[in-house]
Amino acid sequence: MLPGLCRFHGLVSRALVPLAGRQVELKLLGCSANVQRARYATPATERKKFYRDVTISQGEGGLYEINLDRRKLKTPGGKLFTVPNEALAIAVATEWDAQKDTLKFYTMHLTTLCNTALDNPTQRDKDQIISAALKFLETDTVCYRVEEPPGLVELQKNEWDPVLEWIEKRYNVVIGSSYSIMGPQIPEETKDTFRQHLKSYNVWSLIGLEYVISQLKSVVLSLGLIDRHLTVEQAVLLSRLEEEYQIQHWGNVEWAHDYDMYELRARTAAGTLFVYLSSESATVKKKILQD
Amino acid sequence: MAGVRALGVYRGVLKELRNLQGSEYTHSMAYTHLREQFRSNQVTGERYCRAKKEALHTCQVYLCLLESTRLHMNLHQLYHGRGERGPEEVAQLVGLRMPTQPGGKGWEE
Repeated sequence: MLPGLCRFHGLVSRALVPLAGRQVELKLLGCSANVQRARYATPATERKKFYRDVTISQGEGGLYEINLDRRKLKTPGGKLFTVPNEALAIAVATEWDAQKDTLKFYTMHLTTLCNTALDNPTQRDKDQIISAALKFLETDTVCYRVEEPPGLVELQKNEWDPVLEWIEKRYNVVIGSSYSIMGPQIPEETKDTFRQHLKSYNVWSLIGLEYVISQLKSVVLSLGLIDRHLTVEQAVLLSRLEEEYQIQHWGNVEWAHDYDMYELRARTAAGTLFVYLSSESATVKKKILQD
Repeated sequence: MAGVRALGVYRGVLKELRNLQGSEYTHSMAYTHLREQFRSNQVTGERYCRAKKEALHTCQVYLCLLESTRLHMNLHQLYHGRGERGPEEVAQLVGLRMPTQPGGKGWEE
């Protein structure tokens, strides 16, 4: 899943529409043949910002499209970039608008997720996505406990047990935790219950959910996020519990620990937002005040 | 109490938007949409409004997204942004100069 996403990060730079962009690309490709003049500061993944305004418009079928100046945004697969609801379109437009001078695709998480959902590069259907997501249950972070040091054991008990209890109660399943290297034994009924529950989400939400699960390395924490039991900061903290424990013991290294933490938060927040916006539908019922 | 938290989240997102878009952030779509969402979710006849809490949670997630992308970018610029040095600079570091050949080498431009 992730390699597919990374591949498409690279392809985005080639499949964007404008002609002027293509000329810049060709020049870069031309001089890579010349070893002496290798360019260090402008790899092929960095493109200049070639537009000024970003707007959204509603196209056919009620789907929203993003316009960069006058040109319509397209996915790396060449399809027109369409989004089912307005809030997501606005968020993606804000991402494109936030770019300055160069386009940094690795910060545009929502765009990447939309591209994956639209192109479906690995051609998976709903069941395959659900199976891939539930496979993480057998190696769920929250279920793997250590036996020493005692501080970490205590921390895991206090932080992870409540989440496990919550999910077991909410979905009426048995998961349990384990001290062995083989991990917990997940009964089939648990997996079936989750499968049933996940079937009720649409494909876009499932893609977002699978992304969150692969970032947090835990199905339990991701479901806690989706059900709004945890905030993103809490979920990321719980996912990195051992790291945080070691940081408290040995000290924090800003360029590694904070860097990783913010990146994980950004990706998880993007995935969660993607799931919320793809699965909710809002209706406004106005009550008439009787005077 | 929910009101105080809502205000914090709202102001947080506005600050992030202002950071991204400069002083005309009030004309952006995100600002308009956000304001609409907050206004429309304020008034409700229910005592426990699930939709209000859901909207607030969604907004909090968006705030986390904007804030962490910004901080991640800052750290990247600070620590990982410089890239490699060119061969000229590397040579100068140890006090040497790049060799030059009048007329250039055969395969150079």
